[in-house]
Amino acid sequence: MHSDSAAVRKSVRTYITVFVMLMIFTVLTVAVSRFHFAVPIAIAVALIIAATKGSMVGTVFMHLSHEKQAIYGTILLTFLFFFLLLFLPLLTHLDRVHV
Amino acid sequence: MNIPYTVEERPDTGLTNGKFGIWLFLASEVMLFGALFSTYILLRVGAEEWPHGELSVPLGTINTIILISSSVTMVMAWASLKMNDWAKHRLYLALTLVLSGIFLGIKYVEYSEHFGKGEGPWHSNFFALYFTMTGLHALHIICGMIVMLYFLGPGAKMWKKNPEQFTNRIEATGLYWHFVDLVWIFLFPVLYLL
Repeated sequence: MHSDSAAVRKSVRTYITVFVMLMIFTVLTVAVSRFHFAVPIAIAVALIIAATKGSMVGTVFMHLSHEKQAIYGTILLTFLFFFLLLFLPLLTHLDRVHV
Repeated sequence: MNIPYTVEERPDTGLTNGKFGIWLFLASEVMLFGALFSTYILLRVGAEEWPHGELSVPLGTINTIILISSSVTMVMAWASLKMNDWAKHRLYLALTLVLSGIFLGIKYVEYSEHFGKGEGPWHSNFFALYFTMTGLHALHIICGMIVMLYFLGPGAKMWKKNPEQFTNRIEATGLYWHFVDLVWIFLFPVLYLL
């Protein structure tokens, strides 16, 4: 974890770089949506860009690139349940399709 | 009575109580928003038609830029404390507060426009989801603003008494704020662009 001021001073440049990258990806998200891809491709592209932006916020701004084991464990468990929550209800839809 | 491990790290987790606490809270927040994203997927997959172009992309883009900028000012507010620069910390925290205010202002304009056209949450599944998801997100913004106002006002006294604990509190506020930004990063394409 960043605890000394010299390390934080170095990190400031990274924060600015990530900020510029996030801006570029935001413009890219809007630009890509203008292409009118087929819906599955459009969803995949938009979510890949959003996930890239999200991982930059997580790793750099939330300092996940250098965190303690307890936090990684918490996040791993959360995402396991998050994906279950996200996709399990879809099974009910599949049931309906095949009936 | 003093609460232990506010400044020193716990021997078992290597974290302060506050930091581990805010991460557990964020885990519960992931599940809260996860339930809404799950609802979105279920309704969208089941719908024969889904409205497109109902929301203002320019306003959504501006709000995305504002919220990302506020994430940077927030992390700079924390970094300034680590570098012992109190004046810069105040400036960056105030900037974060202003940016979050602008975000809410733009959201108000969007909401007014839709209500003016009779496009409230009752209008369709899309608008029900739009108002629920962005409304809950806006509520999080308001909560964050209250915390920032506290640290700009009465909460700031702690810096003189216990600077390390104050820095930890700003770090926890920052983690919450970045999470709010993270949620918007996904809400924007899902609601405005797809």
